[in-house]
Amino acid sequence: MQPKPVALKVLDIISISLLGIATYLALVFAPTELVMGDVQRVFYFHIGTAWTALLGFILAAVFSVIYLITKDLKWDRLQVAAIEVSLVFFLITIALGSIWARPVWNTWWTWDPRLTTAAITELIYIAYFMLRQGIDDPDRRARFGAVYALIGGLSAPITFFAIRLFRTIHPVVISGSNPEGQGSFSMTPDMRVAFFFALFTFTVIFIDLFWNRIRLGSLQDKVEQLKLKVTM
Amino acid sequence: MITVKKLVKRFGLKTVLRGVDFEVQPGEFVALLGPNGAGKTTFLRILASLSRPSLGEVNIAGYKLPYDAAQVRARLGVVSHLPLLYGDLTAEENLRFYGRMYNTPNLELRVTEVLEMVGLEARRRDLVRTFSRGMQQQLAIGRAVLHDPDVVLFDEPYTGLDQDASSMLDDVLKTIAAMGRTVVMTSHDLVHAEDLATRFDILSRGVISASASRRELRKTNLLAFYKEALAG
Amino acid sequence: MVNKATEMKSITDHRSQLSGNFTKAIAAIVWKDLRAEFRSRELFTAMLVFSLLIILIFNFALELDIKTRQSVTAGVLWATFAFAGTLGLNRSMAIEKDRGCLDGLLLAPVDRSAIYFGKVISNLAFMLLVEIIVLPIYSVLYNVNLFQAGLLLVILLGSIGYVAVGTLLAAMSVQTRTRDILLPILLFPVVIPVLLAAVKASSGFLTGADMADILLPINLLIAYDIIFIAVAFMVFDNVVEE
Repeated sequence: MQPKPVALKVLDIISISLLGIATYLALVFAPTELVMGDVQRVFYFHIGTAWTALLGFILAAVFSVIYLITKDLKWDRLQVAAIEVSLVFFLITIALGSIWARPVWNTWWTWDPRLTTAAITELIYIAYFMLRQGIDDPDRRARFGAVYALIGGLSAPITFFAIRLFRTIHPVVISGSNPEGQGSFSMTPDMRVAFFFALFTFTVIFIDLFWNRIRLGSLQDKVEQLKLKVTM
Repeated sequence: MITVKKLVKRFGLKTVLRGVDFEVQPGEFVALLGPNGAGKTTFLRILASLSRPSLGEVNIAGYKLPYDAAQVRARLGVVSHLPLLYGDLTAEENLRFYGRMYNTPNLELRVTEVLEMVGLEARRRDLVRTFSRGMQQQLAIGRAVLHDPDVVLFDEPYTGLDQDASSMLDDVLKTIAAMGRTVVMTSHDLVHAEDLATRFDILSRGVISASASRRELRKTNLLAFYKEALAG
Repeated sequence: MVNKATEMKSITDHRSQLSGNFTKAIAAIVWKDLRAEFRSRELFTAMLVFSLLIILIFNFALELDIKTRQSVTAGVLWATFAFAGTLGLNRSMAIEKDRGCLDGLLLAPVDRSAIYFGKVISNLAFMLLVEIIVLPIYSVLYNVNLFQAGLLLVILLGSIGYVAVGTLLAAMSVQTRTRDILLPILLFPVVIPVLLAAVKASSGFLTGADMADILLPINLLIAYDIIFIAVAFMVFDNVVEE
């Protein structure tokens, strides 16, 4: 049983500390926004988690292609880790988006392109896991997972652009500095600090969780191997 | 005709075939025997190019699997315990379909020839749905030899056949053997293999544990040979 | 009695013409599917009846008075096609899986993508057939003229996209333990761009909107069709081989 590598333990600590600092920056350090009030602070984390989720999404699609070319199961493990992390972060993003939307637009949900695509991507992820669940053979599971992740990876961006182009009833935007957007605001230097720090924090958290998940995956595989040895 | 060297097949962490060496000369009729779960079907599927080897070499009719799979397939006929026939098509439509897929020349003539060989000429315009299990098996054999393959593989062909159908199958197998085709037949049942095969191989625990030609074995010794091979 | 020697020679010759077999194989698969379906009519009947039932449900679920009908017709039609379509896709693949016929197809000395294209074409044929019948029925029930060239074009393009992805995903779902129920779950999130664009374009044609507005979704449909047919064709091997 390999103990957690020191680097990973250190990363865990760094991640938690960064999160703590980012929270302070977002909730205390940054000034209160004029129009929306304190609820605007949600924005710092919302963008952070959205960015993390997007990172996972792109990585998953890339890992799909690599796996299909090399057929090395290592890439499959990476893909599962990326999608799991992305799934959780999209969920947080959607939740934060709702929290922001309620006081500002008096609704829990807006059908804007970003939120809608995030929800659809979540459904794709869930479908991904349901697909894998129904397959026993690890090679087939990896292949099918990769194919579906690839199809999903291509479809979601197209969905985003399609909604943006066609659904003119519900205009775009939960944007930070787009003056045309509803709920927009421009950032003061202090806000910028909180914002970029949050982005950085969440990137680190992503790497931390990703690494942890990959490690979990390898350990799981080892357990399977040992189980087989015992039953034979 | 068939050369297999150190064939290994793994499904994830489970190893089913552990280095099988197997050689068949043109015109031989090999009965591959072994208990259930020994890997006979897996082995046959690899020979049939339906499954890829994890390690090792497979050569059929001078072509290497999986690289020259298409060339191998053109020279291979497979009869499994599933009929591989379309219920809503007639017997001749089924044969014609497969003939087209194999690009068989003189298709109409060939279809009639094959139907006569398996004794189904009278029912050529009947839907396969209405055929008994035995008749479907006969037609399946017809489908397998339609394109005049050099090698014919049979996977547990006697499964589910009654006495009459069994003896019909015996006749067809004798005809095919007489035509000089190379045959590999798996069976977990010794009775049918005894009369037809020129060679008996035992697959046990993922390797060929014993092999004996017809001359080396007098009929009454087959059961003893089998039991000894499994015990060892 | 045919001369054995010449027969053997001609068979050996044809084996070197494997590449010319690609289109022949696709045609054989399409013909086989159509012929079998023509006999049993299982698939077609199921899809058609299901479609009509869905339209019926929509009639009670939505207020389809004359005014709202206009804005909602395109949506109702496409929702109907999307749901009924899964029946056809599932059944078409299940037929291959059931008697081991998929192995039969894989044993043929032909490129795997021929199986993909053959299945896509026959699935498309079934879907279009059902749509062609649903349109006049809907027209009659709701006094709307659905037979416009533009609308038919959108239905064609949308169906192609739907079937291109659906065939690939059905080939996967039919090999899992959960089978049928998995297909809609896999398909719907991924086929939303088709629905979006198809509804937008269909609506445009029905309400006589600007050509400029309609051209955009149609272009998206064409792009989607091309991208996904290409991708599906490239990865199909991975889905059927072991």
